Amino acid sequence: MMRKPFSAIAFVLILTLLLAACGGAPEVNPPDQGPDAPPVADTPAPIDTPESDLPVPTEPPAAADTPTEPAAEAPTPVAQVETPQEQIPVTAQGFGTTLSEVQERGNLVCGINGQLPGFSFLDPSGNYSGFDVDFCRALAAAIFGDPDAVEYRTTNTQERFTVLQTGEVDVLIRNTTWSLVRDTELGLNFTSTTFYDGQGIMVPADSGLTTLQDLEGGTICVQRGTTTELNLTDVMATEGVNYTPAVFEDVNATYGAYAEGRCDAVTSDRSQLSSVARGVLPDPENHVIMDITISKEPLGPAVRHGDDQWFDIVNWTIFATIAGEEYGITSENAAEIRDTSENPEVRRLLGVEGELGQLLGLSNDFAFNVISMVGNYEEIYNRNLGEGTPTFIPRGLNSLYTDGGLLYSPPFR
Amino acid sequence: MKNNRSLRSFSAFAFLRDERFLRILGQIVFLVFLFIIFSELIGNMQSNMRRQGLSLSFSFLELTAGFDIGEHLISYTRSDTFARAFLVGLLNTLLVSALGIVFATLLGVIFGVARLSSNFLIRHIARAYIELLRNIPLLVLLIFAYIGVFIKFPRVQQAITLPGPVLISNRGVAIPRGIPTETFQSFLMSLLVGIVLALAVGLALAWYGRRTGRPPLTLFWVLVILLLSAVIGWLAQPAAPLAFEAPALQGLRVAGGQQFSPEFMALLSGLAVYTSAFIADVVRAGIQSVSRGQVEAARSLGLSGPLTLRLIVFPQALRVIIPPLTSQYLNLTKNSSLAVAVGYPELFHVSGTILNQSGRTVEMITLAMATYLLISLITSAFMNWYNNRVRLVER
Repeated sequence: MMRKPFSAIAFVLILTLLLAACGGAPEVNPPDQGPDAPPVADTPAPIDTPESDLPVPTEPPAAADTPTEPAAEAPTPVAQVETPQEQIPVTAQGFGTTLSEVQERGNLVCGINGQLPGFSFLDPSGNYSGFDVDFCRALAAAIFGDPDAVEYRTTNTQERFTVLQTGEVDVLIRNTTWSLVRDTELGLNFTSTTFYDGQGIMVPADSGLTTLQDLEGGTICVQRGTTTELNLTDVMATEGVNYTPAVFEDVNATYGAYAEGRCDAVTSDRSQLSSVARGVLPDPENHVIMDITISKEPLGPAVRHGDDQWFDIVNWTIFATIAGEEYGITSENAAEIRDTSENPEVRRLLGVEGELGQLLGLSNDFAFNVISMVGNYEEIYNRNLGEGTPTFIPRGLNSLYTDGGLLYSPPFR
Repeated sequence: MKNNRSLRSFSAFAFLRDERFLRILGQIVFLVFLFIIFSELIGNMQSNMRRQGLSLSFSFLELTAGFDIGEHLISYTRSDTFARAFLVGLLNTLLVSALGIVFATLLGVIFGVARLSSNFLIRHIARAYIELLRNIPLLVLLIFAYIGVFIKFPRVQQAITLPGPVLISNRGVAIPRGIPTETFQSFLMSLLVGIVLALAVGLALAWYGRRTGRPPLTLFWVLVILLLSAVIGWLAQPAAPLAFEAPALQGLRVAGGQQFSPEFMALLSGLAVYTSAFIADVVRAGIQSVSRGQVEAARSLGLSGPLTLRLIVFPQALRVIIPPLTSQYLNLTKNSSLAVAVGYPELFHVSGTILNQSGRTVEMITLAMATYLLISLITSAFMNWYNNRVRLVER
């Protein structure tokens, strides 16, 4: 029949096209590499930022196949920030486009939890509020001078890193624990820790369970995909305790099952346990958090690899709140202190002297905006996790270094 | 015309007017177009991941998992690899899907036949069952089964004890089971001998029946031989091949026996009941597709109701039932991924944990999709083979 040669020709044609396409695909993309982009192994073009002598580390050798890729935009001047003061074009290696994208968009997209009372939760008027939410607002105040220029994106544990990796959110402030694997393999950078936490176990008060050995043979509720899950496995293996995990998708399912008695205990960060116990469980007084701390859980914001400027901005916004508490500057007295203070560090912090803000690509009064519009660290903490709130957590390690805690801001100079 | 020597009438280009060639050319062009689109998408994803410093590879499956899984059919500890964790999830999915298919088919056939009963009450109960369950979303049903039913059982300390003993609590149902002892292997051997013998006898009887035209009770004798060999094999052992293990309350949990967690039972019952409603309607449609003349002829031959159903109606109805039944089985298999809502560690749930702990979103989702595709293709291949067997062979 005449059909056979046609089928054969068609088959051969398709095969050759496939082979040609496979061989040629890497050249079709990526679109962002111009035809004359020099390999970034050269020294970068002379930069006129004052810190040009500091070698900005090229982003990570962990990217096994393409060590040059993240700085592909290096030769082109990026982030010409349009603010009243004169801006310095940031062309150093490792500077990405996040700040310019955020400013062009006009608001910040912040990834939050949305289901954790005290950290990020919908209040009765329908706005998000909480400790993490306040840091989103602080960042918006630093960039735009308007703490409400934020769009919140609630995320569950499964998608929280993906939304940051793909660029759907600019920063992830979602009570996320800093760990080495997350810092490297996931392509994220963790900024300064905002909340030093530990993992704990919550049991019903009448169960009489006080040690890990008491949980032998028991069932423990835990949320999927968290460091909590891994830590629990580790510590139970170390202690030689047999247990059965009951793993659930989200916060509501986990604590719902625990409240129904499906599990003997539930484990998570101590902050989450206490805020959920008080905010969500129907009978908070019948539950007690065991007096054991299983692990360290430093919680803080995370940003993508490859954008050092954005990393610095988020970092120094956090330090601005801590420094505000160190110097006793609050949202009420910030304006007055700015006008009257003689302390050079305070003057630099609030933008009266020096040009610290410009070095970050922001306005010089970014720290003043943060403290006056959102508050210093103590105000943020007390507003969300303080004594008067239903989600009270004693400050503990989250106090200033002068009070025995771990909060310490590098100098603003 | 001879003078009209335009390009179109040039004989060497006659193949351009050939319809078969044009058809194939159209298909090639479309395939190339499709291929270009896909390579664009994949290339875009790859370049974006390179820009972030992330890379696509499956070597992370060799890393240590570091997390526990509550239910596993094969041995698994936290120091096993991600690949093994994935396998555990896969086996759980297969278990739930297989059992779900069996129960759904049973329930579906019962309710499908009941739907056509001449008894008013049975007919309407079946109708209510089908209508209700077809219209509730599966996720809602699963969450109801879990939170509303299986977790509402009393706590372990106050478990309901049925004779057996069978312990029912909100940690699940525990039934007694047999543990193989050292004589179990020889018992299996004797059972094997019995099976071979029964097979031989069955074949011999069938041959005899064909030869003489007088069908003997083949099935009866086969079953008798199997039973006898099992009993003789059991009694011949010096010690009992299976040791009886009863579940008992022990501290915080129930120890011993075969335990079914509430997540497993909620998922299984939800899936089975939901799919059985659809299968019931498929069965009803199949039965109604057999023409009334067949039933009347069967009655005139003196066949009773059940015999008519079994010998005349069902074999013909199967031809109509099998194709939609295949879809329902595939639906059930894929719907098992809703186990994330009740916390049963099947394939999708475990993939999500691996995805989160290793950060490899694209690879894990691709792997999960490919695995579901493979399971579905195997199921539908088997169903298609069966369909071809029962199909009407046209002359």
